[in-house]
Amino acid sequence: MSASKPSATAPIDTAGLPGKRVRLGADRPMPLDSGLDLGPFTVAYQTYGTLNADRSNAVLVCHALTGDHYVLDRHPVTGKAGWWEQMIGPGKPVDTDRYFVICSNVIGGCMGSTGPAEADPATGRPYGLNFPVITIADMVRAQKLLIDHLGIEQLFAVIGGSMGGMQVLQWAVSYPEAVYAAIPIATASIHSAQNIAFHEVGRQAIMADPEWAGGDYLNQDRRPQRGLAVARMAAHITYLSETALHRKFGRNLQDRTTVTYGFDADFQVESYLRHQGISFVERFDANSYLYITRAMDYFDLAADHGGALVNAFLPNGKPTPVRFCLVSFSSDWLFPTRESRAVVHALNAAAANVSFVEVETDKGHDAFLLDEPEFHQVIRGFLEGCAEHRGLTARRHARTA
Amino acid sequence: MTVLDDRPASALNGTGRPADIRIDLRLVADMVEPGSRLLDIGCGDGQLLYHLTHEKNVDGRGIELSMDGVHRCVKQGLSVIQGDAETDLKDYPSGAFDYVVLGQTLQAMREPRAVLEQLVRIGKYAIVSFPNFGYWRIRLQLLLQGRMPVTQRLGYQWWETPNIHFCTIADFVDLCRRCGVSIERTMILDRADRVVSHKHGRLANLLGEQAVFLLKRR
Repeated sequence: MSASKPSATAPIDTAGLPGKRVRLGADRPMPLDSGLDLGPFTVAYQTYGTLNADRSNAVLVCHALTGDHYVLDRHPVTGKAGWWEQMIGPGKPVDTDRYFVICSNVIGGCMGSTGPAEADPATGRPYGLNFPVITIADMVRAQKLLIDHLGIEQLFAVIGGSMGGMQVLQWAVSYPEAVYAAIPIATASIHSAQNIAFHEVGRQAIMADPEWAGGDYLNQDRRPQRGLAVARMAAHITYLSETALHRKFGRNLQDRTTVTYGFDADFQVESYLRHQGISFVERFDANSYLYITRAMDYFDLAADHGGALVNAFLPNGKPTPVRFCLVSFSSDWLFPTRESRAVVHALNAAAANVSFVEVETDKGHDAFLLDEPEFHQVIRGFLEGCAEHRGLTARRHARTA
Repeated sequence: MTVLDDRPASALNGTGRPADIRIDLRLVADMVEPGSRLLDIGCGDGQLLYHLTHEKNVDGRGIELSMDGVHRCVKQGLSVIQGDAETDLKDYPSGAFDYVVLGQTLQAMREPRAVLEQLVRIGKYAIVSFPNFGYWRIRLQLLLQGRMPVTQRLGYQWWETPNIHFCTIADFVDLCRRCGVSIERTMILDRADRVVSHKHGRLANLLGEQAVFLLKRR
């Protein structure tokens, strides 16, 4: 990796990022699962489409581990297209001509919401490891404050994949009256031992980088870029499938005809992973990576409800009013279908309203971000069914999808 | 998956409204009170669920074994999960639904008795339909040809059929008695899906090509 050490050393200037932001928890700090309080804090967010008069058409999008709120915007750091343009936009399954779409950067993140790279109001210097450990439920609490701030009593839908799906489940469990429909995609109600293990590899890679400096690197003008890049490389493998890797790269060599009998990136797959690692460090903070992976590791909905997941979906002993649509992908080994099915079984046991589809694909966990027509048709159909039930009027503009 | 009928999906016409639904499904639909909660097991492409949701304001859910069927249902906005009735029904709480429907699928179950018991546990009522193996044409085929019967509706050879537990109306009535299931209503259909009887006696067992029962736990 030494030849390809990334050049970016400046921290992301989050104050200059496009999008909206709101200061929350100023009069009353937000209590965290850890027992600590957070506040005041900032939530950076984006909205698309128009909120209707009775505020009933809001869709909250929850992003994944390394995602952010630039769902449809060109990314301000990488310049890449919005991360969920396949799913969301005019005429798309989550139709911005019809719905008011909100996405916020999670707390603990590094794209404008308060996280370890932001200044601690108490010291004026970056939090670093003084930032409190947060959980998925804490992220959702912050989103709820944002939704309250926007004057929305009930979200029409909450949708997200992977860690976003965890937030969707948490929303439905924490605020069942504030969610009409929940779409948890490629996710689970519990973070598995294998997934915790992969996260630990990533965290150790970061913490083993001397530039991490005990988490204080921002105050010392250092960056643990190699550690963060390795963490990303390891994680990226888990987002794909063996079939997809073979299809994309096989054993093809990178810009050469024979192996070099050395440790250059002989193989295309090595070159690809190195590129993934290097480009990631430009847009992500290493401590944020530690905090957010930790939040996922701690996720266990059943444990929060006496060890029985069904209880999570029985608020006040009654079946949850939320309508669910779960989607899994056949080649996803990070959040395999059986984990979605476990949630479905618990929802059945609670006599909840649930749809569940496994999409056949070889694209692995990342399939939820990619062009999967069958998947998109399912989401479109589910939302249309819910909109009809909810009494939402049809799209404002006629448009051929 | 309706094992007897592989006709293509719901006849949705241009208006997005279903064309007339299959007659046997209509008979099932007629038994259902408007606004009730219903679980359709083996809901196929969702024809019955769609009809009940839109025509009778039913809060309908479905379980379907084939992914293709599930996709078609969810795309229409129906609440359907991919699952296997024989393993998944135990998850549901007792009395969770007003009706549980098992259409033309009982004979394909590994353990029809266990499934029947689950149906009347989960639903206040169960609606079960199945092909009658006591139908006179079937009896005649076996008698005259000495071969496993193959009819228009049961078009499988013995070595390929998913229907592993055929029964006659008399057999089914006997099973209900053994399981403490009371028969609330009976409809016996002939080959043209006409109701030929509301009784389940010996004549019905001879003349009925299929039967639809409304059941209740005693």
